[in-house]
Amino acid sequence: MSEYDIAVIGAGPAGMAAAAQAAGLGAKVLLLDEQESPGGQIYRHIEHAGDEQLRVLGKSYEAGQLLLRDLCEAPVEHVRRATVWMVGKDGGIAWSVDGKASKTNAKRVIIATGALERPVPVPGWTLPGVMTAGAAQILLKQSGLVPQRAVLAGSGPLLYLLASQMITAGAAPLALVETNSMRDVFAAALKLKPNRTTASYLKQGVKLLAAIRKAGVPRYSAAQNLQVEGGGMAEAVSFNCGANAHRISCDFVLLHQGVVPNTQITRSLGLDHDWDKQQRCFRPVTNRWGRACETIYVAGDGSGIGGAKAAELQGRLAALHAAASSGVIGKGERDVRADPMLRELAGQLSVRGFLECAYAPSEQVLAPHDDTIICRCEEITAGDIRGYAKLGCKGPNQAKAFGRCGMGPCQGRYCGLTVTELLAAANGQTHDQTGYFRIRTPLKPITIGELAALESK
Amino acid sequence: MFRRVEQGGPDTCEVVFDGRKLALPRHTNLAASLLAAGIMSFRKTQVSGSPRGPYCMMGACFDCVVKIDGETRQACMETVRDGLMIEQVHGEAGFDE
Repeated sequence: MSEYDIAVIGAGPAGMAAAAQAAGLGAKVLLLDEQESPGGQIYRHIEHAGDEQLRVLGKSYEAGQLLLRDLCEAPVEHVRRATVWMVGKDGGIAWSVDGKASKTNAKRVIIATGALERPVPVPGWTLPGVMTAGAAQILLKQSGLVPQRAVLAGSGPLLYLLASQMITAGAAPLALVETNSMRDVFAAALKLKPNRTTASYLKQGVKLLAAIRKAGVPRYSAAQNLQVEGGGMAEAVSFNCGANAHRISCDFVLLHQGVVPNTQITRSLGLDHDWDKQQRCFRPVTNRWGRACETIYVAGDGSGIGGAKAAELQGRLAALHAAASSGVIGKGERDVRADPMLRELAGQLSVRGFLECAYAPSEQVLAPHDDTIICRCEEITAGDIRGYAKLGCKGPNQAKAFGRCGMGPCQGRYCGLTVTELLAAANGQTHDQTGYFRIRTPLKPITIGELAALESK
Repeated sequence: MFRRVEQGGPDTCEVVFDGRKLALPRHTNLAASLLAAGIMSFRKTQVSGSPRGPYCMMGACFDCVVKIDGETRQACMETVRDGLMIEQVHGEAGFDE
């Protein structure tokens, strides 16, 4: 007997929407989330955001309040600070809160664990003071802190949003260093399908860039050979733009090369994943409802990057299908409710082709120089991985045996895609042939004591 | 350093980081409050002894790992509480003991 109809993992936009939708349909729903309050990373801390934070973070953040209200009004059992470390195809789930483990089972599981920042292996990216752009946003959302004397570097519209938020907060970045060029953006614009979604994205982009220009933040384009310099911590960023070499002294460097699906759980389940050429990452194979196998659904950025609005719709769609397939509602009701959502989802996803071309990851992070560390935990360099390939190493799992890359505590989260890229290039294989790390339970480190206490219950 | 958009609140509590007493705002995120207190290096790696600090702030990278009352924890997933005894992980493999 299952204790729940539907278990949802992750309380970002996809998970909040899925849990509220499923509970609203009458399903018995469990929502497990690692953070103290719902919102995921995009709406982090939305429950407690102060007026000044809302002003600085803007409308796109405030949108999370609607989702929060829906979630609070729905009869959802929400466990906070729950680190899920095992999910099974039988619907079994195990998690820990403050070092105490629990387990349960559900008829259907919706995985809504979102995205991770794409690894940004450049020289110096391991220095204290170097963080992801996402980390800076989290500091702002959760703690109201804005790093001063910071340089934003990389590729992606998130850098524009972060820069404008920092300006509003009174701590404008020292510079915005982009690895892509305006030529990439114009070329990508040819792929743009004119509709409401793309128009609103473009309008937002123009507005952010105007704010950055008005604040006098220097903006560099098509930067190459990006590196962070420093002894014990970040002290400067250096890079080239064409023939010009630049060096900017700073205290913080905020890196970004887009985000990629967090596939730790779907990988641990042994589900099929395909290489997405356009997004340059793996994504779990699902149908249009997000169903990956009989019991498991994937919703939101974890199934391929679509952004917060798409994630919300995908969460609702997965909830509708899971509710129907577990007997909570009929197929007729499912389809009537889903129809407008499917249309809106197609609209939301129509902007991705443009974004993926305009803000593709830089060649430097996809094929780092030999001496650049690519596995932060075990301090393995790109040259080490290429060396393994010369010795006959064909895939990431073999690479673990050669030099422990991906075997540290982050379990490959910040080196996995780089290892795939490097081995694929070195061996002349496709990314699908090269594959990815095999991810195993426990998905986060737990103590033997936690495990033992669980079994004796 | 950081600019504060929202005040952490006057209610602070005392924690110890590597023998140094710090007054941090109660109930705030531990990694964020340590950064705001000027602590950039949270640990040294076991391979080369290099300093590391928070990188992702979302529980994924494990670079902000510290010992709290003897247990290995991610600082970005912890909350400031009275009397926390925090130590840097110096070289030894935090999770491999």
